[in-house]
Amino acid sequence: MYAYDSYDRTLVMERVEQFREQVTRRLAGQIGEEDFKPLRLMNGLYLQLHAYMLRIAIPYGTLNTAQLRKLAHIARRYDRGYGHFTTRQNIQFNWIKLSDAPDILAELAEVEMHAIQTSGNCIRNVTADHFAGVAADEIEDPRIWCEIIRQWSTFHPEFSFLPRKFKIAVTGAPHDRAAVKVHDIGLRMHRNAAGDTGFEVIVGGGQGRTPIVGVTIRDFLPKQHLLSYLEAILRVYNLLGRRDNLYKSRIKILVAAVGAGKFAEMVEAQWADLKDGELTLPAAEVARIEAAFAPPAYEPADPFPPEVIAKRAQSKDFARWMRSNVAAHRQPGYAIVTLSLKPAGGTPGDATAGQMEAIADLADAHSLGEIRVSHVQNLVLPHVKRSDLPQLWEALQALDLATPNIGLIGDIIACPGLDYCSLANARSIPLAQQLSARFADPERQQRIGELAIKISGCINACGHHHVGHIGILGVDKKGEEFYQVTLGGSADENASLGDIVGPAFAADRVVDAVEQVVETYLGIRQDSERFIDTYRRVGIAPFKEKLYATH
Amino acid sequence: MPLIKHGRIAADPFQPVADGAALPGEGPILIGLARWQEERGLIEPRNTAIGVRLKPAEAVDQLVGDLDRLALVVLEFPKFNDGRAFSQARLLRQRYGYKGEIRATGRVLRDQLLFMHRSGFDAYEVGVEITPEILAAAIASFSVVYQPAADGRSTANDLRHRLPASQPSPGERDLPRGSCKCAQ
Repeated sequence: MYAYDSYDRTLVMERVEQFREQVTRRLAGQIGEEDFKPLRLMNGLYLQLHAYMLRIAIPYGTLNTAQLRKLAHIARRYDRGYGHFTTRQNIQFNWIKLSDAPDILAELAEVEMHAIQTSGNCIRNVTADHFAGVAADEIEDPRIWCEIIRQWSTFHPEFSFLPRKFKIAVTGAPHDRAAVKVHDIGLRMHRNAAGDTGFEVIVGGGQGRTPIVGVTIRDFLPKQHLLSYLEAILRVYNLLGRRDNLYKSRIKILVAAVGAGKFAEMVEAQWADLKDGELTLPAAEVARIEAAFAPPAYEPADPFPPEVIAKRAQSKDFARWMRSNVAAHRQPGYAIVTLSLKPAGGTPGDATAGQMEAIADLADAHSLGEIRVSHVQNLVLPHVKRSDLPQLWEALQALDLATPNIGLIGDIIACPGLDYCSLANARSIPLAQQLSARFADPERQQRIGELAIKISGCINACGHHHVGHIGILGVDKKGEEFYQVTLGGSADENASLGDIVGPAFAADRVVDAVEQVVETYLGIRQDSERFIDTYRRVGIAPFKEKLYATH
Repeated sequence: MPLIKHGRIAADPFQPVADGAALPGEGPILIGLARWQEERGLIEPRNTAIGVRLKPAEAVDQLVGDLDRLALVVLEFPKFNDGRAFSQARLLRQRYGYKGEIRATGRVLRDQLLFMHRSGFDAYEVGVEITPEILAAAIASFSVVYQPAADGRSTANDLRHRLPASQPSPGERDLPRGSCKCAQ
């Protein structure tokens, strides 16, 4: 993991002091809310329905145990004993007092964390594959480049007041777990014919009210040019992105308006001047960051430990958990374990202070002290010896973190919705709870197979509904909550946007509707065909027919 | 509005001339881009200092051939979240090597002064709440920067890898001229 050096530490400490001074001015009435708003937003502090919400950055979703324990402490001391992991691999606390915010940031700085650029029209916390560095299919650890982007984008003098927020995601593996095609910039590492690694640069993807799958403007960007090329893209966007309409100001609208080819030309023109200039990283700096992400010291470990084989034979529950929550690790004898923050009937992404502390202890005991946050709102122990799996499973069960539903229908993404968010039209969390309760039976979930439900409480699409295999969007119809259902979305390397199945469903009908979709799929799938593949084969008609036949 | 230039309250010698208004008989003038482009044949022979106002939507490229003639370029921040002038300033300083005054006008907010300074501004039209002391404090609020920018400050990477010994002081551009040890 990357550890701050004195420069990183100084900068974060100075930020705490700057924000403390800004809050002091606000509390003393020297600045009004209107002028304070952009300042607090630059620090991830939102005024929500009930209280201030503080969003803390977890760069590229990687945490050490001291950091997770600190988050638990903040939940207990300054909030109501829990936190909410988000689809941008961050954590949010929903019940924060403004006067406490500077102290919280000071506590975070102690463990090399901050809330810098977790909101505002700037380059947001950069996200990565949550299996970075451990995935069996990975070409190169994307976090090296995420950290380089993190530093370059932090308090960027030119790009801190963009037309709109700006999100960058990086993946280093062919299977895209970071949804790079629905980001303002997506970077996909791959190898060229000469065997060098570089980036495919994808721009203009995004969700919100105008969902668009990003387009590739450069097939292969050699790594040393990453920052100058990013600077060129951001400069074109900063100068030409629309600022007259909040909903048309993301880069995707600019790219769509001028056309991908023309946009690429504009970027190349800017880049010509920046390329090979002072943004070229010193080789020693790349080496320093690469060293920080070097694989940890793995011990020789048995890839087929007898205790796992025995436990599998003896416990169906364990076998099921192994199937859905344990993934292949690049190191023989090790495994990647996903902790489900989606128990049946629970709030997706929430973790209590007690759970966070227990997870930190388990990570110290079984995962070389490292934890990941996934954009699907789960936590990951990335370095678990396979022989530890039975013991770890027992411990996770006791913490209600072993629900065997990763990638299955219970693994729902939901935004905070109308329970917390001042933008929402409808509630998301209660719907996620009802759905996960309806499909609670783990055997049924595994029978249904890979299926991603994603729920947003408004058109801003924080719950990624456009790219859900089944997407659900909350809408307000004359004061009543209704839910529009889309089918066939996907966020991976074959990204696609869902199709609206028909008129929205009333709140008391939508869970049944989802069940009808699932049953329809089970009736027409061929062999072990996944939902998304069946949908792509048969289209929307059979689902539409079934859903609206009786109405 | 007070003008702070190179870190000090300064008199503004430039007379702003509205589009269509008659040019004053003498003295430095500040005009819009269109007027400069249309009437430069009339304006240049005056032999006084010339400043041009660029709107956020106007591309700085249009001034490229003229920069030697301009003593001042004024860039506008119409509201706090319109950051186009940051790019305009960096292009002027870093791509086109402009050495004259780049002045910020409009919503010049205390909490954006550091970014303006780093982007290449050296003069600011400010409200009374911003003093030279506040400007200096804003520029000094961070002792570490990550990006190479128009202020020429050493970045964290310079300090980590390139320049173990020398450390230029931050904020040279906005220090009063007399106290600046560097050659301008």
